Amino acid sequence: MIDVEQLRKEFPILSTEVNGHQLTYFDNGATNQKPKVVIDALEEYYKEYNSNVHRGAHTLADKATGAFEETRTLLQKFINAAKSEEIIFTSGTTEGINLVAQTYGRANLSQGDEILVSTMEHHSNIVPWQLIAAEKGATVRPIPISDKGEIIFEEFEKMLSDKVKVVAVVHASNALGTVNPVEKIIEKAHAFGAKVLIDGAQSAAHLPIDVQKLDCDFFVTSAHKMFGPTGMGFLYGKENILNDMPPYMGGGEMIKEVSFDGTSFNTLPYKFEAGTPNIADTIAFGKAIEFINKWGKEEMAAHEAALLKYATEKLKKEVPTAKIIGEAENKVCVLSFIIENIHNYDVGMMLDARGIAVRTGHHCTQPLMARYGLEGTIRASFSAYNTFEEVDRFIEGLVRIVKMFG
Amino acid sequence: MTVATKNIEEVQNEIIDDFDLLDGDRESTIFYIMELGQELPKLDEQYMIDENLIKGCQSKVWLTTDFQEGRIIYSADSNTDITKGLISLLIRVLNNRTPQEIINADLFFFEKIGMNGVIGSQRSNGFASMIKQMKFYALAYSAKS
Repeated sequence: MIDVEQLRKEFPILSTEVNGHQLTYFDNGATNQKPKVVIDALEEYYKEYNSNVHRGAHTLADKATGAFEETRTLLQKFINAAKSEEIIFTSGTTEGINLVAQTYGRANLSQGDEILVSTMEHHSNIVPWQLIAAEKGATVRPIPISDKGEIIFEEFEKMLSDKVKVVAVVHASNALGTVNPVEKIIEKAHAFGAKVLIDGAQSAAHLPIDVQKLDCDFFVTSAHKMFGPTGMGFLYGKENILNDMPPYMGGGEMIKEVSFDGTSFNTLPYKFEAGTPNIADTIAFGKAIEFINKWGKEEMAAHEAALLKYATEKLKKEVPTAKIIGEAENKVCVLSFIIENIHNYDVGMMLDARGIAVRTGHHCTQPLMARYGLEGTIRASFSAYNTFEEVDRFIEGLVRIVKMFG
Repeated sequence: MTVATKNIEEVQNEIIDDFDLLDGDRESTIFYIMELGQELPKLDEQYMIDENLIKGCQSKVWLTTDFQEGRIIYSADSNTDITKGLISLLIRVLNNRTPQEIINADLFFFEKIGMNGVIGSQRSNGFASMIKQMKFYALAYSAKS
């Protein structure tokens, strides 16, 4: 087991106070806190070697390029991609999905085709597909889920046909915590010739990711949910598929040669990285990966699982008017619930008064909330730096709220 | 119909005094607002329709009015107790007033009780939308009367 007290020391924000109380941060599903190594990397870059990458013939440019590309190599190893060229830097999960929809989708979808997404998708894995589907005459179809919050696999299998060109599913649900059986989904979808995109926003920092073993065609995630900076992420794609895809944005790094007679495009990964990239954040993202590697993803996940179990049992026992939404067998560390007769927002605000940060609302999964007939939920999402004492504080807060207003 | 005996400024000062007793404690302040919300009579379901929703509020807030003897009677409801508490404060200040009084009202209590900091910017914007809608009704009635 990890030494949580030692781990906490790496995060400056965790020793701060909010509204006169020690911060208890349970909104890790939205973004998690950053260790000092990541924060320092940003400062160091701007203070010591701020320079553009790939083009300069000077020492600073060389140093910046080296650090920038180092992140790509770290990510390749992190998800076991066959080549570092298969890692495309993006602004995050959302850009990754839009990139695939606008390039692969535009080139390969046509009238009558189908894109399957699950009912539990984040809007970012629904809307980009709706946009391209509307343009190409394709349809986006939701895969149904059970009351427990799991994909109904038999229904998914029934939906598969030669018309299905893309299956885009979340690896772990941000609103329910459900871990989807992506390996099985990929295998079944491939049998019908469909390409599969995995949204790894909630999984990359918590679950083992081996894209070769999974055999997914695309994998997208965001740095800020992996202890890294916001506005940063990456898209993994199989080399042959990425090579066949048309470019996304034009300009800068993505060109090989430009003339008014025509333009040729750079090789992977630069073909998809137009303009000056987010250099500082990319470098800092690398530090976040090293941080996860240092502490061990498995060890951190084991602690998170223990926290989730503890919090779930305690909530059930001490807050009987709470109803947990999402009780899948296999979950990441997300505890989503509602409390009878008290509005989610009100609970969130009252917890905040005690320095406890949770998320309330629809979590950008409105179709999922509609599935449960809810406006939203209260969501506590844990990270490896959270403690059992913090869970106690959180449950105490809820008990108090229910006592006053339930 | 009882006519408000205190003017708008006096009622606002009364609210400021009430909140002073809470000594700036955030949790007690929120509890107090929620209590106010729970005390506000429920709006008849027939009025809880989309046309009566105040635009710009994060939570749902329904507002209806009645015009009696030259004065406006406001009724409101919300799906959250905090928001209901907030609008109950506005009703306390503006109910049973003439349209002109409402149009001219300088509503200073919200800032004075430090509510912006307690409820956050989104809900503060919602509160501003409530005021706007209440004044809008006053304008409409003043044009009619």
